[in-house]
Amino acid sequence: MSAMPGVVAINTFREAVRDRVLYNLVFFALLMIGAAILVGQISIGIERLVIVNLGLSAISIFGLVMAIFIGVGLVYKEIERRTLYSLLAKPLRRWEFLVGKYAGLVLTLVINTAFMTVALAAALFYVGRPFVRSDGSILIAIYFILLSLALVTAVALFFSCFSSPMLSTLFTLGIYVTGVFANDIRNFGALTNNPMLKTLTSAIYYLVPNFHNFNSIAAAAHGESIPFALVWQNTLYALMYIVLLLLASSAIFSQRNLK
Amino acid sequence: MWIALAAIPVLFASLFLLQVRIDARTRTEAQAQQELMLRSPAAIDKMSLGYNSLLADVYWTRAVQYYGSRVATPHATFGLLWPLLDITTTLDPKLLPAYHFGAIFLSQTGVGGAGRPDLAVKLVKRGIAANPKRWGLYADLGFLYYWHFQDYKDAAAAYLAGSKIAHGPSWMSIMAARMDQKGGSIETSRMIWTQIYDSNKNPTIRKMALDTLKGLKAEQDEAGIDDLVTQYRQRFGRPPSSTAELRDTGLLRGIPVDPDRYPYVLEPDGKAALDPHSPVKIPRVPKTPPPLPKN
Amino acid sequence: MNSPAIDIQGLTKDYPVGFWRKRIRRSLDNLSLQVQEGEIFGFLGPNGAGKTTTLKLLMGLIFPTAGTANILGRSIDDVAMHREIGYLPEQPYFYDYLTARELLDYYARFSRYSAADRRARVTRVLERVGLTGSADVQLRKFSKGMLQRAGIAQAIIHDPRVIFLDEPMSGLDPIGRREVRDIILDLKMQGRTVFFSTHILSDAEMLCDSVAVLHLGKLRGVGAPGAIVSMDEQRMEILFEPGQGRSLSPELAQRATPVGGRYRLDVPEAEMYRALDELRACNARILSVAPLRPTLEDYFMRLVDRQPEQAAATVEAGTR
Repeated sequence: MSAMPGVVAINTFREAVRDRVLYNLVFFALLMIGAAILVGQISIGIERLVIVNLGLSAISIFGLVMAIFIGVGLVYKEIERRTLYSLLAKPLRRWEFLVGKYAGLVLTLVINTAFMTVALAAALFYVGRPFVRSDGSILIAIYFILLSLALVTAVALFFSCFSSPMLSTLFTLGIYVTGVFANDIRNFGALTNNPMLKTLTSAIYYLVPNFHNFNSIAAAAHGESIPFALVWQNTLYALMYIVLLLLASSAIFSQRNLK
Repeated sequence: MWIALAAIPVLFASLFLLQVRIDARTRTEAQAQQELMLRSPAAIDKMSLGYNSLLADVYWTRAVQYYGSRVATPHATFGLLWPLLDITTTLDPKLLPAYHFGAIFLSQTGVGGAGRPDLAVKLVKRGIAANPKRWGLYADLGFLYYWHFQDYKDAAAAYLAGSKIAHGPSWMSIMAARMDQKGGSIETSRMIWTQIYDSNKNPTIRKMALDTLKGLKAEQDEAGIDDLVTQYRQRFGRPPSSTAELRDTGLLRGIPVDPDRYPYVLEPDGKAALDPHSPVKIPRVPKTPPPLPKN
Repeated sequence: MNSPAIDIQGLTKDYPVGFWRKRIRRSLDNLSLQVQEGEIFGFLGPNGAGKTTTLKLLMGLIFPTAGTANILGRSIDDVAMHREIGYLPEQPYFYDYLTARELLDYYARFSRYSAADRRARVTRVLERVGLTGSADVQLRKFSKGMLQRAGIAQAIIHDPRVIFLDEPMSGLDPIGRREVRDIILDLKMQGRTVFFSTHILSDAEMLCDSVAVLHLGKLRGVGAPGAIVSMDEQRMEILFEPGQGRSLSPELAQRATPVGGRYRLDVPEAEMYRALDELRACNARILSVAPLRPTLEDYFMRLVDRQPEQAAATVEAGTR
């Protein structure tokens, strides 16, 4: 098993740290602190609900921003800044480079999310609820968020291989939103009597990554348990789609003439 | 450099004043109403991109603030309460406090409520559909049928259904039985409002329950005093002029006071009434119940 | 004879240009070239000649339209072959958030060294390029010259057999250029092959065992510097002063260059007598007539000045 992607991954992580990406944690911490202190004013009895909602939504949004904005630059920046030239003269295959950049960003996201989880736990602790067994669903919800972030990153990386950051951001965001709405799109098509629309919306549903699968924020906030089947199904779905995207990215990038 | 330092705060101050001016002209209640009504709850749900749970909390906060800021002003209307609660429960059908709040304050006629018990029933039924294992919602439904519609049959059905839920409290089956027999009695009403007080943590709801209970107690007291006045009349041929006379003739042990410690007064025709200064109000439910909402 | 270190056969690169990408711009045309192991090979040509294109093709950064190339007997498609080569790109950029030491350590990780070995190599190569003092400074604070040295360092840290340098002297002051020249000579002494492109012809003259001249994507000349320049026609330099009374013919006046009060005329040996006759006819005073020592620059300028249509087939010299 090649170790080269790992070398690239660690360096990608180091770049993110030195670019002060992790400073977003400060904002998150402030958000959690503010919420923990103020939540009692909103409504008695649903402190935990509000904090979990806020915390998980923030983890998701912050993570999305990071995944997209850093993701679309992963390959593009290296080509633009010519840092890739000396790198590809090393015994490093192009796909190893891609996988390494991808893994580096995912690693950054995982570590970022881990810190956020701690902050969320602290906020929950502050509002007085001791941890109960149903809090496991919060961890599962966070895991699902990480899966969706990994998938978004793969989409962003794919576009980064051939498109400028601005366009890549639009495409990635477009695919994400479509993936969130995929259900509704298909239902809309099913309601019309137009067979062509039905097929089209169905095709969209199955082609686009279905990000709505990964949303368990409401369930976690209400302390409901999340079925185990969903856990391994989501994991498998994400893995397969990520591999698909990485393969496609490799195929495109391997043929690319660097300017 | 100094020009910039001096000019920037001045510009900010001017912007602030200008914005206040703009707001004063454009921001009216009607417009806020428009804004809320125009966006259907389903649309807002879609626009939330998966963060509907958090958005529900935001709208819930708005609903509570909306009610709280207006309840102190006299002649306040609560036209936005239903849209706010509608959106809240569409975004998060499991946000139970919203249903309890709506059950009390959407339905409340007169002061302190939106006067729409039909919408309250609609809301609570939605709540039951999404949360069939929550007995508190059945209790809310039973309360609405009983109090606002005097529909003791449906009320009994609601209480009965609630009593069958696991962990459902025993009083619900008792209540179901009472509906059949003693629907409409003050005693039953006091039981229901006591349950509302006990099972809600929301201070606004509790205050409403407490006020209603006081009013019900006053109603009972007045009825009792009226009985004694009738006895006095039978004995003396004329109505007593004050409660003191009732006490002097031994019919009462002392001067009766209402739950806020104001003594009851007697009207010229001998009818018992509350002291005009007393904050206690007897809950008046409209004589003709409003039409039941169609399912 | 051993197989060449670098063996290029008919390498061609076309770029589609124009709005609809219909037209073709041929930036490298059928290049064939061989470099022996242990040679220092100079790759010369004006801007846009195709030098950088050639290097990028060899490194696998771009892909040829036609032709093949082998390095150390292995195809340029073979990424494992990159273990044996080093590359300094033109105007190198590196991750500016890393220090020089970190950058070199990072690149060294792509070759399999133990941690201790890697550390030692990094220190050694930093010293070799004169960056020991700035080893722990972030690259974003480096001057161009320092970046160039860092670039050379990463190209040689893994002791490659063939080193490719694209404009290694660019951005360096004379001291820096001297140091780079020394490094290149040093590498040759270690038996390594150096292939570098440059504009600075005097450096090429001084360092190279062989040179090739590229112009408009085509190879115009290749061979040892000495052989190339001497095989060209001899030229003569005539110094003179204009005569009294008579002025120079317009033709002569155009071709002569004033040099501090005098004039200098540069003619091929075959035309020397005709020029002298003309000067005599103008009553010019001849100061000196001497053969011009030809330089690579002259050779170069003549090659690239020729109209493409008039260009003869590739000029080769020396024994291969």
